Amino acid sequence: MRIARAHVLVGVDEEARLAGVDRVLSAFREAIRNAGLEGEVQVVETGTLGVSGRGVVLVVYPEGVYYAGVTPEDVPVIVEEHLLKGRPVERLRLPAAVPQTEPRQVLGRQVRVVLRNCGVIDPEEIEEYIAAGGYEALGKALTEMSPDEVIEEIKRSGLRGRGGAGFPTGVKWEAVRRASGQEKYVICNADEGEPGTFKDRLILEGDPHKLIEGMIIAGYAVGARKGYVYIRGEYQLSIARMQKAISQAREYGLLGDDILGSGFSFDLEVRPGAGAYVCGEETSLIESLEGKRGWPRIRPPYPVTCGLWGKPTVVNNVETLANVPEILRQGADWYRTLGTPTCPGTKVYTLLGHVRYPGLVEVEMGTPLRTLVYELGGGVPEGRTLKAVLVGGAAGAFLSPQDLDVRMDFDSLREMAAALGSGAVLVMDESACIVDMLASVLRFFRHESCGQCTPCRAGTDALVRLIEAVRRGEGDGRTLGLMTEIVETMRLASLCPLGQSVALPVTTALTHFRDEFEAHLAGEPCPRCHKLERALR
Amino acid sequence: MAKRALKAKKEKPQWKQILQKHPPVPESVIPLLQAFQERYGYIPPEAVRAVARYTRTPLSQVYGVATFYAQFRLRPRGKHLIRLCQGTACHVLGADAILNHLKERLGVEEGETTPDGLFTLEVVRCLGCCSLAPVMMVDEETYGRLTPRAVDKVLAEYRKGKT
Ligand SMILES: Cc1cc2nc3c(=O)[nH]c(=O)nc-3n(C[C@H](O)[C@H](O)[C@H](O)COP(=O)(O)O)c2cc1C
Ligand code: SF4
Ligand code: FES
Ligand code: FES
Repeated sequence: MRIARAHVLVGVDEEARLAGVDRVLSAFREAIRNAGLEGEVQVVETGTLGVSGRGVVLVVYPEGVYYAGVTPEDVPVIVEEHLLKGRPVERLRLPAAVPQTEPRQVLGRQVRVVLRNCGVIDPEEIEEYIAAGGYEALGKALTEMSPDEVIEEIKRSGLRGRGGAGFPTGVKWEAVRRASGQEKYVICNADEGEPGTFKDRLILEGDPHKLIEGMIIAGYAVGARKGYVYIRGEYQLSIARMQKAISQAREYGLLGDDILGSGFSFDLEVRPGAGAYVCGEETSLIESLEGKRGWPRIRPPYPVTCGLWGKPTVVNNVETLANVPEILRQGADWYRTLGTPTCPGTKVYTLLGHVRYPGLVEVEMGTPLRTLVYELGGGVPEGRTLKAVLVGGAAGAFLSPQDLDVRMDFDSLREMAAALGSGAVLVMDESACIVDMLASVLRFFRHESCGQCTPCRAGTDALVRLIEAVRRGEGDGRTLGLMTEIVETMRLASLCPLGQSVALPVTTALTHFRDEFEAHLAGEPCPRCHKLERALR
Repeated sequence: MAKRALKAKKEKPQWKQILQKHPPVPESVIPLLQAFQERYGYIPPEAVRAVARYTRTPLSQVYGVATFYAQFRLRPRGKHLIRLCQGTACHVLGADAILNHLKERLGVEEGETTPDGLFTLEVVRCLGCCSLAPVMMVDEETYGRLTPRAVDKVLAEYRKGKT
C-alpha cells in the first residue's frame, strides 16, 4: 500500500452496484481532487464489507468509521468534514442507522480467517494482498517445505472440505499425490448453484489472490502443473476479477514456469459454467470441463485417481482453498484453536430470509444456530415469530425452533440427521408455509435433475405432483407416505448425490412440520396462498 | 495455428473470428457456444454445426450440450432478457407473486417473448444475490427487493427506451 494519511474503503459488490456505487466512487475522486487531497487520501475499491441492506457502505481509516447509505451528494460533505476537518459525519455513520450495540456485536462475534481481507484490501491490486501477508505461505511452502510436509500440515490442521461433504482435505491431497501418473490437475469448484448461497462469489470478488495462492499450494502438494477455476457463468464480476488476478500473478512470477525460482511450474485457467446446478457435483463438473453434458459419472473410480481426462484430480471448494494459505502462514496448531476438535476453523454462512440483517458471516465451526439467527442475523423482524430454518440450501434440512441449539459443524448436524451443506441459512417466520417452501425446493430439484438416471428423473417429477396435490388439498391419506417412499428409493438408488439428497428436505419437513401438511390435506384454507391471491388482485 | 485457420476457413468470416478464439478440440465446445451466444444473444442452428465441425465433435453431442445447459438459447430472444429468480431465498420473500405479476403485465409465460419483441421472460433458480431477494435481472442489470410496483417501474423504463 502506498503511504497515505487516510484510506476510504468502498465496498463494491452486487448490492452496492445496485445502489449506485460507481457514482459514489467518481464523486469521491472528484471531491478529493477539488480539496487538493490527492496523494494524501486514497480511495480503494474493495469487496463486500459484510453489511447488507444499507446501500453503499464505506469505511474511513485510520479511524475505522463506517458510513452507510452514502449517495454522491453526501460525498463532498464527508470529504469536507471528515477528511479535511477530522469530524465524522454522524448523520451517515452506521451506528446511527442501526441500534447502538449491533454493528459492533455483529462484527465482534465473527472470526475472519477466510474473509480476513474482504472489505479491507483492494482485490484488484496484488500489492495490497502481498502487503497483507499474501503469498507468504506460498513462499514458505516452495522454499522450506516438501510436498509431503505441506500435506502433513494440512492433515494436521484438520481442514475439511467446505463444498458440503466435509471430506478431510489433506487426505484427498495425499490420495492424488500417491496416485500414479505424471499429469495431475487441481480444480477449484466455484459453481455455487445452491439457491441461497453466495459465499464463494464474495470470496472471489473480495480476495481472488487468496484463492490463487491456495490453488498453487494445492498444485505443489499433489504434483499438478495445471489448474482450472470453474466459476458459475452468472458471476461476471467474479470471472473478471479472477482473470485480472491471474494475469497479475503471472507478471509477478507467481504463476507460470519456475515459480519463485523453486523449479515448480503451475498455471491457472478460468472456465465459466453454463448454468446447471448438477455441474457443482465434482464428476459432472469434470465432464463439463471436458466439453460435454454435465452428467455425473458412476463412482468409483473417484476423481482422485481418475478425474479430468482420466488423470488424478483434486476438486476443492473455493472456501476450502481459501483456508489453505492461512493454515500454512499461521500453522496447523493455530488453526486448531478455532472451531471444534473434529471440525477446526471457521465457516462462512449466507444468512437469509426473514432476518433483520441478511448477509454474509464468518464464525467458528460449532457456533450454535441460535447465535447465527439471533445475534448475527438480528432475529426475525419485530413482532414476528420464528417458524423454521432451512440449513444447507435446497438439499438441506428444515429445522424447527427447538433445534436452535444445534452446533453448526459437520458432525453435530449429522447427528441430527441434518447437514451443513453449502452454508446457506434460510430463516422463516410464521408467514412462510412449509408445504409451500418444500414445493419450491422440489420444483428446483425437478428442474435441475440431469435426467440421466430414472429414480431421480421420475422421482422428482412425482414428488412435485404430490406436493402440488397437498397444496390444493387434494391429497389423501397415502400421499405423505408415498412421498417418503419415493425419497427413500431415490436415496438408495440414485446415481449421484443430487438425487440422493432430496430425502433430506422432504423427511425433515415431514417430521418437524407434519401437522402443517396434515392441515393442508384436511383442506384448511391456505393462508399464504390466499394472501398471494389478494396481493395479485 | 495454420491448421486451425484452415479448419475455420469454410465458415463465414465473422464466425471464423469467433471460432479461432479457442483451439479446435472437444473441450472448446462450451466456450465456443458461449462466445456465439454472447455475440448473437442466442446460438443460430448453423453455429451449432460450425462448432461441431471445428471441434471435430459429433453434431449430436454438441446439440446435446447446447440443450443441456440452461444458459444456452437456440431461439432468438427479445430485445431485453428478464431473468427472474425463483430460488428458495427469493421464494420465501414472495418471488412467486412477482412471477405472476410479470406474466400478467407482459402477457407471456416463462420462456416466451412478448409479441413486440421487447422482452423475453426467463425463470432462474438463484442469481447469487439472495440478500436482495426477490431479485430479477434485466440484461446485465440487477433489480432487488422487488414489489409489483417496482416491477412496473422497471418495465416502464425499458418501454421508454432504456437500454
Ligand atoms: C448436486 C451437487 C451440487 C454441488 N455443488 C457444489 C458447489 O456448487 N460447490 C462446491 O464446492 N461443491 C459442490 N458440490 C460438492 C462437490 O461434489 C465436491 O464434493 C466438492 O467440490 C469437494 O470440495 P471440498 O472437498 O473442498 O468440499 C456439489 C455436490 C452435488 C451433489
Ligand atoms: S441422481 Fe439425478 S442428477 Fe444425479 S445422475 Fe441421476 S438424474 Fe442426474
Ligand atoms: S401451500 Fe401452504 S399456504 Fe398455500
Ligand atoms: S435465491 Fe434468488 S438470488 Fe438467490
